[in-house]
Amino acid sequence: MNRMSDRVAEKIRQIKGSGIREFFDIAQRMEGAISLGVGEPDFVTPWSIREACIFSLEKGYTSYTSNWGLLELREALSDKIYKETGVYYEPEGELLLTTGVSEASDLALRAIINPGEEVILHEPSYVSYKPCTAFAGGTPVCVPTSIEDEFKVQAERIEEKITERTKAVILSYPNNPTGATLSRKELEEIADVVNEHDLLVISDEVYGRLTYEGTHTCFASLNGMKERTILLNGFSKAYAMTGWRLGYAAGNKEILEAMMKIHQYVMMCAPITAQMAAIEALRCDEEVERMVSEYNRRRRVMVDELNNLGLACFEPKGAFYAFPSIQITGLTSAEFAKRLLFDEKVVVIPGSVFGACGEGFVRCAYAVSQYELKEALKRIERFLETMGISKNR
Amino acid sequence: MKLEYKEEEILKILEEDARISDSEIAEMVGMEEDEVKEIISELERKGIIRSYKAVINHERAGIEIVQALIDVKVSPERNTGYDAIAERISRFPEVRSVRLVSGEYDLSVLVSGKTMHEVAYFVAEKIAPLEQVRNTVTHFLLKTYKENGEIYGEEEKGKRLAVTL
Repeated sequence: MNRMSDRVAEKIRQIKGSGIREFFDIAQRMEGAISLGVGEPDFVTPWSIREACIFSLEKGYTSYTSNWGLLELREALSDKIYKETGVYYEPEGELLLTTGVSEASDLALRAIINPGEEVILHEPSYVSYKPCTAFAGGTPVCVPTSIEDEFKVQAERIEEKITERTKAVILSYPNNPTGATLSRKELEEIADVVNEHDLLVISDEVYGRLTYEGTHTCFASLNGMKERTILLNGFSKAYAMTGWRLGYAAGNKEILEAMMKIHQYVMMCAPITAQMAAIEALRCDEEVERMVSEYNRRRRVMVDELNNLGLACFEPKGAFYAFPSIQITGLTSAEFAKRLLFDEKVVVIPGSVFGACGEGFVRCAYAVSQYELKEALKRIERFLETMGISKNR
Repeated sequence: MKLEYKEEEILKILEEDARISDSEIAEMVGMEEDEVKEIISELERKGIIRSYKAVINHERAGIEIVQALIDVKVSPERNTGYDAIAERISRFPEVRSVRLVSGEYDLSVLVSGKTMHEVAYFVAEKIAPLEQVRNTVTHFLLKTYKENGEIYGEEEKGKRLAVTL
């Protein structure tokens, strides 16, 4: 018999597993480590949301829901999106509740990609767009962004990559891992390109609520973009509900119908407990405000301190990540992360994980308590001192 | 009086952690340390910041204190209403807080002492006999679960994985 691995589908075999799995495993197990490597809020889901979920369980809400999700939730969500972005989505047909934004992005790609069609995505970016494009039979085309542009993807850079096979562009701002955001003007330039070349946009705005300077512009709110945009968002980051696995897609009826077709066979529906909790979450603006101001305070501390320590860090205006350069150390980002973990027990994520152009940077999440944040920075300072890099002030 | 955004931010931070240094606040708010110092002294001078105190779990420290919440019904006075009697009660050092409340009673008074006897006597001898006081009901506090926003039980450990992308 052949090796079992030979029986794994070609398409899946071609996708490289993460090269630093091993490092992650060590980090996961290390005692006394402070982790700046976590991509989720350190807050627990606000109590009123948890309480609403418990109440729903007591009441016996344990069944499937409509494939689209609970109508009550879709209606509340439609209102909320309208209030925040000015874009109206019909609760019936233009809004689909999914098992996290992860499922929504997979559905979006599978619903629109024909074999060999290309999807343009900017890097560094969240790790799943590339493999999911490939799973869907498409070809990911990467546009690197750089610190010189504060990791903002330029409209011209997107345009350069467009071919007759290009189907869609994935945008993910505020960005994981860089914390970069795009202004309305910068988004409008991209919208022009999208319009001109008749493309679709998958806009992952799960960090949109976590914007610290100015307000987040929803891509679908730009002139003519509602029809072209598959808007992805969810409850994980803003409401500290990562483990509930609840996201949504909003967009054109026919595309949403196509996504629903896949969703109904693959997932059936998002979990009802999460949906019941989400109805309450939409009423929890004050809690969200509180968490956002707290992230903002930590953001300032982290960025200031990293710069003081000699790790040049541009100002991230969204999400909860700082993305400092570690080039001054002469190490690769993977080496830096490994040595920092072994020497000082601080976990950071090598930028290279998020695309080749992330090399030379590390992702530091400031979704940790002030105490942990300060302790981690102290340890990083010590670590840098052993390499002869001393504090600026 | 309306506070500026920066003043409000500083108050929020101090309400969470009164021991935080001026330089740390400066970093969190994105200000100069001197400016923070100035704003805080101003807030102190205006009597907006009244004091900086620790929240202590006495039970865990093995310190016995007895506290009681006293519902006090009073006759308000012409001109001064409830203020004069409330201020009078406030002057006793045994009294930790005094609040005017709606409902069946008028004042809610927290009294602190070393023994139950001491607290009961204080109420009977100092509060109840006051001319404007019509009635008192004493509730001894049995256990504190949450104080000033701090939950007293064992701290829940974080449940997140160390690495997620």
